[in-house]
Amino acid sequence: MSTKVSADALPTGRASRPAATRGAPARRPAREQAAATPWIFLAPYLLLFGGFVILPAVLGVWISLHSWDYTLPLKPFVGLDNYVALFDPNSTVSGPFWGSMRATGIFTLFSVPLLLTIPLAVALLMSKKFPGRNFLRAIYFAPYVLGVAVVAVLWRYLLDNNIGLVNHYLGLLGLPDDTAWTTSTPAAWVALIGVTVWWTLGFNAVIYLAALQDIPVELYEAARVDGANGWQQFVHVTIPGLKPILSFITIITLLASANMFGQSYLMTQGGPGRETRTAIYQIADTGLRNFQMGSAAAMSYVLTVFLMLVSVVVFWIFREKNEPKAKKVRS
Amino acid sequence: MTRPRMSVRRRLAAATAIGTAVVIGVTGCSGGSPEAAGEAFTGEYTGEEVELSFWNGFTGGDGPFMESMVEQFNEEHDNITVVSNTMQWADFYQRLPAAVTAGEGPDVGVMHLDQLATNAARSVIVPIDDLTDQLELTEDDFTTEVWDAGVYDGARYGIPLDVHSLAMYYNTEHFAAAGITEPPTDAASFQEALEKLSAAGYETPFWMPTRWPSHLMNLSLLWQNGGEPFGDDEASFGSDAGIAALEWQRGIVDDGFSPSDVAVDSQYVAFKNGETSITWDGIWQVNDLTESGLPYAMAPVPTIGDDSAVWANSHNFFLPRQASADQDKTDAAKVFIAWMSEQSAEWAGSGMIPARQSVRDAGALEGLPQAPIAEQIDDMRFLPPIPGIGTVVTETLEVAVSEGVLGSTPPADVLTDAEGTATQLMEDNAATFGG
Repeated sequence: MSTKVSADALPTGRASRPAATRGAPARRPAREQAAATPWIFLAPYLLLFGGFVILPAVLGVWISLHSWDYTLPLKPFVGLDNYVALFDPNSTVSGPFWGSMRATGIFTLFSVPLLLTIPLAVALLMSKKFPGRNFLRAIYFAPYVLGVAVVAVLWRYLLDNNIGLVNHYLGLLGLPDDTAWTTSTPAAWVALIGVTVWWTLGFNAVIYLAALQDIPVELYEAARVDGANGWQQFVHVTIPGLKPILSFITIITLLASANMFGQSYLMTQGGPGRETRTAIYQIADTGLRNFQMGSAAAMSYVLTVFLMLVSVVVFWIFREKNEPKAKKVRS
Repeated sequence: MTRPRMSVRRRLAAATAIGTAVVIGVTGCSGGSPEAAGEAFTGEYTGEEVELSFWNGFTGGDGPFMESMVEQFNEEHDNITVVSNTMQWADFYQRLPAAVTAGEGPDVGVMHLDQLATNAARSVIVPIDDLTDQLELTEDDFTTEVWDAGVYDGARYGIPLDVHSLAMYYNTEHFAAAGITEPPTDAASFQEALEKLSAAGYETPFWMPTRWPSHLMNLSLLWQNGGEPFGDDEASFGSDAGIAALEWQRGIVDDGFSPSDVAVDSQYVAFKNGETSITWDGIWQVNDLTESGLPYAMAPVPTIGDDSAVWANSHNFFLPRQASADQDKTDAAKVFIAWMSEQSAEWAGSGMIPARQSVRDAGALEGLPQAPIAEQIDDMRFLPPIPGIGTVVTETLEVAVSEGVLGSTPPADVLTDAEGTATQLMEDNAATFGG
C-alpha cells in the first residue's frame, strides 16, 4: 500500500520522466501533458465564470433587444429600440437615465480622489511604530465590516437636518446648523461621499499598508544617506514603490464608486427629486421594480461601455507615466 | 406608492424575519388548467392534510395580529396548516411575480388594492369569483370603491380584509397647552390651531414631509379640491386641484409651521419625540405610537378643500397562479380566506378598519382609536384599478411632490411636467398590458 502511494506521488513521476526520455530541458515534458489537463484545473472556475458572468452577459444583450417583462407571456423583439429610447430626449427613460449617469459621474469624480489619498495618509500613519498601533488599525478598518444598510441608516439619522446629531454639534461649535444633508444638493453629495469615504477607506488603507511594507527599507536608508528629507523620501521612494498597486486601487475604487447604490437608496432615496439617483439605482428600479428588463439591460450596457472607456483611460495614464521613466534609465 | 410606512428601522427588523420562502412542492398532479383557481368552492375542506404557504407584508405593528389569527386558524383546522412568510411590501411586490413565474409562488397571500390590477394583468393572481358567491359576499357589505377596485377585466381578484387611510395624529399635551379643545376639521380651524400652537411655543407644529407620505397628503387634498389624479388613460394630477394641494403643502413650510427639508421619516420621529404637534400618517401607526407612551389622539384628516376626502388603501386576499394545480390546496386556501374575512373583527386591533360593514356594525371598532376614522369610510378615496399604476405614482407624482415641498421647483411647473411623463408611462403600460 505505502509503496503504491509513493509511486503515484506526483513529484516523483515528474522528476523521473524527463530523465527517462531524452535529456531535454526539465520543463518541457510538463507542456506535453494531456491537452485536457489545464482545462480540468480551470474547470471549476470556468464553470462559475461561464455560468455567472459570460452567460448572463450574452443573455443580457439578447434581453436588451426585447421589450422584456418576464411576467408577461409576450416578449416582443424590438431591435435597438431600447437603446434608441435612451438617446431620445422625448422618451420617458432618457431623462431619468442620463440624470442618473450624471449622478454617478459626480459621485465618482469626487469620491475616487478622496478614496485614493485619505487611505494613503492613513496607511502611512499606521505603518509607523507607535503604541496602540494595532488598535488604531482595527478602528480604521472597522466601518468596512459593516453592511451598507447599517452604515446608511446610522448616518441618515446622524445627518438628519432637523433631528440629527451632526447639525446639533455643528451648532454647538458655532457653525451653521441648518444644512440639509440629505435633502439638498450639494450638501447631499458631501454627505454621500463623506459617508462612503468613512465606510470604505479601511479597505484601501489595508492594501496600501501591505504595499508599503513591501518597499525595501534599504531604499529609505539610501535616500537618507543621500540627504533626502521626509517629503523627498515620500515622493522618490514611497510613491514609485506604490506604483504597481496604484493602478489596481484606482481601478477597483473607480468601479466601486460607479456602482454606488445602497447609500443613496437608503440615505436620500435618490433625492432631492432624482438628483442623487445613481445609474445602478435607476437600473435596479427599471428592471426589478418596474419589470422593464429590456430597458434596464440596455442601460447596463451603456454604463458598461462608459466604465470600459474610463478603465482604458486609467490604464493609459498609468502606462504613459512608466515609459518616460524607462527611457531615462536607458539613456 | 401606496404601501404602508416602511421606516428603515422596520425594514431591518423584517429582514431577519423574512427567512427563506417556505414553498412546499406541489404534490398533486391533476394537470388541470393552470390559469383557473380550481373548481367551484364548496365551503369547507375535508381532504387530506395540507400545508399552505401564506405570503404577506405585515412587518409592522400589524404583524403580531396577523400571526395570532393564523395560529388560531391552525388550531381550529386539523387538516390545514398555514405557514406565513412575512416580508417588506416593497420586496413582496418584486418577489411575488418572480416566484409565481418560476412556479414557486405561495398558495395564498394578501396584497394592496391598487396592486390587484397590475398583478392580474401579469397573470400573477387568478380570479376568485366563485369564492365571493360561496361566501355570499356582496357589494352591500363593502364600500363601493373598495369592492369595485378588486375587479379587473370583468373578474374579481381580491377579497378585501380591511381599509386603511391617512389620519391626523396630534399631541394632546401640546393641544391643551395651546388651548385647543377640539381637533381641527377644516382649513380655517386647522390654520387657527397652527397659529395657537406656534403662539404657545411649539414653533414648528406641523412638519411637512418631503417623502412618504407627502404624495398621499397631496392626493387627499387633490380629491378634497374636487380633482381626480388619473383618468382611464391619462394622468390628471397636474390639474388646478393638484396644484392648489401642493401649494398648500409648500405654504406650510413658507409660513414657518414646518422646518424646510424634512428628510425621510423625520416628521414621524419628531412627532414621536414631542418636537412637533401634528402629523398626518397611516392609521396603522396607532400601536407604535401607543407603545411609545406619547400623549396623542387621532382624528380624521381635516377638510382643507371643499369636500371631505382622504387617501386610502385596502388589504386584499388573493390566490396566486400555480404551476400545477392542486385542488386540495386551492380549497384549503379558500377556507382560509373565508375564515379570515369572517374573523376580521380581531384584525381591527392592528389599527386597520375591517372592510366589512357587518363586522364594523357588530362593534369591532368599539373603543379603538381608529373608530372616528372609520365613520368617514365613505370619504375614503382609492387609486383606480389600472395596471401599472403603482410604479407610475412612484416615478412621477412622488418625485414631483417631493420637489414641490422642497421648494426647488414651483408646484405648477413640477406637477405639469410629471403629469406629462405619467401619461406617457400610462400609454406604455396600456401597450404592454394590451389595453
